[in-house]
Amino acid sequence: MKIEDKKRVLREMVLHRRFEERCYQAYIERKIGGFLHLYPGQEACCNGVMEAARPGHDYVITGYRDHVHAIKCGADPKEVMAELYGKETGSSKGRGGSMHIFDAGKRFMGGYALVGGPFPLAAGIAKAIQLKGGDEIAICFLGDAANNQGTFHETMNMAALWKLPVLFICENNLYGIGTSIERSTAVIHQHKRVCAYGIEAAECDGQDIDKVYAAARLAVDHVRSGKGPYFLELMTYRYRGHSMSDSRGYRSREEEELWKQRDPIFILRDRLIETGEMSMADYEAIEKETDAYIENEVIKFAEQSPEPRVEDLEKYVFADRETQLPWLTGKAA
Amino acid sequence: MANIMYWEAIQRAHDEEMARDPLVICMGEDIGVAGGTYKATKGLYEKYGPLRVMDTPISENGFTGLAVGASFLGVRPIVEIMSVNFAWLAMDQMFNSAAKVRYMSGGQLAAPCVFRSAGGAAHQLGAQHSARMEKVFMGIAGLRVVTPSNPKQAYGLLKSAIRCDDPVFINEHELMYNMKGEVPDGEYFHPLEGSDIARAGTDVTLFGYNISVHWCLKAAEILDKQYGISAEVVDLYSLAPLDRDGIRKSVSKTHRAVIAEEDEAPVGVGSEVIAIINEECFFELDAAPVRVHSALVPQPYNHTLEKATIPDHEDVVKAVLKLFGKA
Ligand SMILES: Cc1ncc(C[n+]2csc(CCOP(=O)(O)OP(=O)(O)O)c2C)c(N)n1
Ligand SMILES: [Mg+2]
Repeated sequence: MKIEDKKRVLREMVLHRRFEERCYQAYIERKIGGFLHLYPGQEACCNGVMEAARPGHDYVITGYRDHVHAIKCGADPKEVMAELYGKETGSSKGRGGSMHIFDAGKRFMGGYALVGGPFPLAAGIAKAIQLKGGDEIAICFLGDAANNQGTFHETMNMAALWKLPVLFICENNLYGIGTSIERSTAVIHQHKRVCAYGIEAAECDGQDIDKVYAAARLAVDHVRSGKGPYFLELMTYRYRGHSMSDSRGYRSREEEELWKQRDPIFILRDRLIETGEMSMADYEAIEKETDAYIENEVIKFAEQSPEPRVEDLEKYVFADRETQLPWLTGKAA
Repeated sequence: MANIMYWEAIQRAHDEEMARDPLVICMGEDIGVAGGTYKATKGLYEKYGPLRVMDTPISENGFTGLAVGASFLGVRPIVEIMSVNFAWLAMDQMFNSAAKVRYMSGGQLAAPCVFRSAGGAAHQLGAQHSARMEKVFMGIAGLRVVTPSNPKQAYGLLKSAIRCDDPVFINEHELMYNMKGEVPDGEYFHPLEGSDIARAGTDVTLFGYNISVHWCLKAAEILDKQYGISAEVVDLYSLAPLDRDGIRKSVSKTHRAVIAEEDEAPVGVGSEVIAIINEECFFELDAAPVRVHSALVPQPYNHTLEKATIPDHEDVVKAVLKLFGKA
């Protein structure tokens, strides 16, 4: 990555961190309902991969921990926050919520709440790319525990069999809710599991964005050049509980501290400071500006946006009826 | 009009739509090189090649999800699930992804997929190959369900389903693929909504769908010839949504209703039609509506027990006679 890009990405990662922390606060204030899965600790994963890919051009799909992936693809943070507030201006018009952020225009194909559900959807997107002949790739971000679903194996087989242009990113944060990986999974290192399907795979430190970027560069090039799927495992950690009602009794505070010493934002920040590219004061200014932006624009937009109208409850269940009449009534020309 | 078989009608719809639009593809187990378990995709592999006629691994939820994902980008997949019994494995992707994606994305994404599957009891296939599952599909918001009772519908419903921007589940029947019938020579789109009057009558309405339409028609013949009862047969080819208007109109005319389904009674088409009658035209009724349905048992293998499980036209006749106090 070029220095200018690193500085930009640092600013983005700060936004991603502060956005999520602000969601936490809004949840406590009961402005946000439902489940809320936050991303702090894992920022280098999404950012490193998407810097090597082409946000807005490549198709991205993920699970329920999806706010940052959407924003990285180009979704407006204001609309993502409005979605969490359940507002009509939200990215899914308030019909989706935290686990179902979508921005089709930015080719962010959504967050899905069934663990493992997006695997075949990603392969299908790749199938469509293959049929249409574009140079896009499909990128599927999921957690480690999702690999214990049947869809994982079914999809790896099909993706390899049909050489689909799909990149699987496994964000291995060592837990599926409160079950640690060694208690749920016979093999800790997930990239080993796809060898059985003849899929190229690698493992990488998910906290150091330079390393993630380098590994993702190889992965993205592999997929884009038509060599078929690739599986990249990123070793990472989520700082907060799985969702909001999680007191983290299944892991120690010492373990958490150990990971926080390898914070993805600080690793990049300190590197930029060491090489004289920026000062601590510069960094602090970024944090301040980011908080001000979130408060004055993002939160304000969400707060002031209108609720969906109850009259529109059944909108979006099916395609607009008027457009489908030839097939619904048989009056096709 | 050509007199062709149900499977030929389905094959023709595939062929026409695939020739028209390069984004129409089909996939399923044994549909390509082998030509399809029921021949519904015969010759397509040779004509359109492996990229568009995909022999899938035996991964129902996987390839169904793959079809759904492809449809997000405008591909029009026709998925064949070899037997509806295997569709249980694909319900996650049909229900959680295809049926809900438009809603939960606020209208941004759609899943214009067609899922076709053979259901019903054939001949002694036993408990795990004889399921009728339309009841499971017809209560899912965001999913259309149609079920053809003849080759014309099989052709026209598939044509419309491919063009429609909503996901559509097509419930076919194991025993009907070789049934012959008239299909228009020109392109024909059967409406995805509504119902057909398969036979007009005045004294009682027999509601059927898919194979049970044929029991109803046969029963109507017997009722007319032997008992002088004029039965109207309504073909509910659309199970989701059910045709409220059609149900109301017919019952308001005949004042009596029998619903024949191959499925078991609980939570079924019969319960749903009776609920609609109650809501729409309860005071038109001269007698309480009656359901004709399968026994609630896992399908037995033994021939005699199997026959005792599944109803037929004689059960429909009996139900009508009971309604008229003649049995
Ligand atoms: C099919 C299904 N089963 C169970 C759940 C409940 N659940 C939600 S998240 C989760 C753990 C997933 O962990 P992982 O894939 O590692 O992702 P992470 O949350 O760590 O990012 C579970 C069990 C679900 N949403 N879907
Ligand atoms: Mg995890």
